[in-house]
Amino acid sequence: MTMPQTLIALLRRELTLAMRRRGDVLTILFFFVIVASLFPLGVGPDPKVLRLMGGGVVWVAALLAAMLSLGRLFANDYADGTLEQLILTPTPPVVWILCKIIAHWLVSGVPLILMAPVLGVQFGLPADALWVLVFSLLLGTPVLSLIGAIGAALTLGLRGGGVLVSLLVLPLYIPVLIFGAGAVDSTISGLGAEAHLSLLGGILILAFMLTPWAVAAALRISIE
Amino acid sequence: MSVFNWYKFSSPATFYTLAGKLVPWFYAAAILLCVVGLYISFFMAPTDFQQGEAYRIIFIHVPAAWMSMFIYIVMAGWAAIGLAFNTRLSFMMASALAPTGAMLTFVSLWTGALWGKPMWGAWWVWDARLTSELILFFLYLGFMALQAAIDDPRRADRAGALIALVGVINVPIIYFSVKWWNTLHQGASVSMTKSSSMASIMLIGMLVMALAAWMYAIAASLSRVRSIILERERNAQWVAQMLEAEL
Repeated sequence: MTMPQTLIALLRRELTLAMRRRGDVLTILFFFVIVASLFPLGVGPDPKVLRLMGGGVVWVAALLAAMLSLGRLFANDYADGTLEQLILTPTPPVVWILCKIIAHWLVSGVPLILMAPVLGVQFGLPADALWVLVFSLLLGTPVLSLIGAIGAALTLGLRGGGVLVSLLVLPLYIPVLIFGAGAVDSTISGLGAEAHLSLLGGILILAFMLTPWAVAAALRISIE
Repeated sequence: MSVFNWYKFSSPATFYTLAGKLVPWFYAAAILLCVVGLYISFFMAPTDFQQGEAYRIIFIHVPAAWMSMFIYIVMAGWAAIGLAFNTRLSFMMASALAPTGAMLTFVSLWTGALWGKPMWGAWWVWDARLTSELILFFLYLGFMALQAAIDDPRRADRAGALIALVGVINVPIIYFSVKWWNTLHQGASVSMTKSSSMASIMLIGMLVMALAAWMYAIAASLSRVRSIILERERNAQWVAQMLEAEL
């Protein structure tokens, strides 16, 4: 098989597996909705406060949901031995790792992006801020999947891996949170979101170039 | 001039003895510098006309903050050497440095809070530096938690080294993003950046204290690495021989 064929086959495999277990995808989506809906109950229904908080809350919820979904990235393949077979294939690890991460983003990141405007409306965000929210998530959630893959690969097969991955990954998510939520905030305050979105795009490019190598190294450490 | 064989000390057995000889010297240097530094900071440095006597906490706070960042970089350096040259001792140094670094991070956060109360009227302010120091603390905790969760020492070494390297790449990104976030939010209008009129005796006191913290960090991590070496090599012959000799 040529490289593109391999990639397409891998991507299809990942997506088929995800579609067979639709429950996992929906659980994470509902987690996202519930976390975001808890905030108004906690801080009170004042529309002014909620509008100020909205972008940040949706982003924090997206961060937590992305982190929760990391378990599925390698764990199942590790448990049934597929991961070892993938390592033995002639395809370079970086390539199939990127494939898996893209599939993971399509399955767990894209639903969050689609759901985010609904949550934004709950918080009374104006229309232009809603668009910025969607766009910032579009740039930011792939970074969450990319960075999270490092944590997922390092904690493969460890006891308490789920909690551990949050300790490893959440501090590294902070820049994404700052620029993502900042983009929404600065739209509301009329400053314009270009600077934040550009930086978010920069982080995405950097993560896209560097993290697959780190994930490959991490998998080699965890599996040998 | 004969060539000194540095590689001799990359063997845990020889390094164990070398570290044992060095530790008392570094502790002595740490205590001496600490006494001198505290004398300068409490008796020679003048009272700050704005902040009064409370400012003197910076003689602990600033050195701790400097060292906490420096140790993370050194730790990542050892991790990189370990991954590149596959030397067990480098990984052991990295894990020996982490608790000291985390402790100094905690000290700088704690003293920052104690200083913030009289200066800013609040224990905690979401100042850019405080926030990035807090995140650094989380990075240390993540490193230590990951190593603690892995039973196989070889995997623990390498996994920890990788997360330390990922962290060190992220530290500047985190620092600048937090700084950006802080300036846009206009949270604390009080800046920690002092005017350049800092008395030179204050600076000297701070530098001496920083050196003391440095020497302490070396001493503490060397004695910790000795325990790690013993633990890892407990089945090796040289440990048995050494214990016999001591008995």
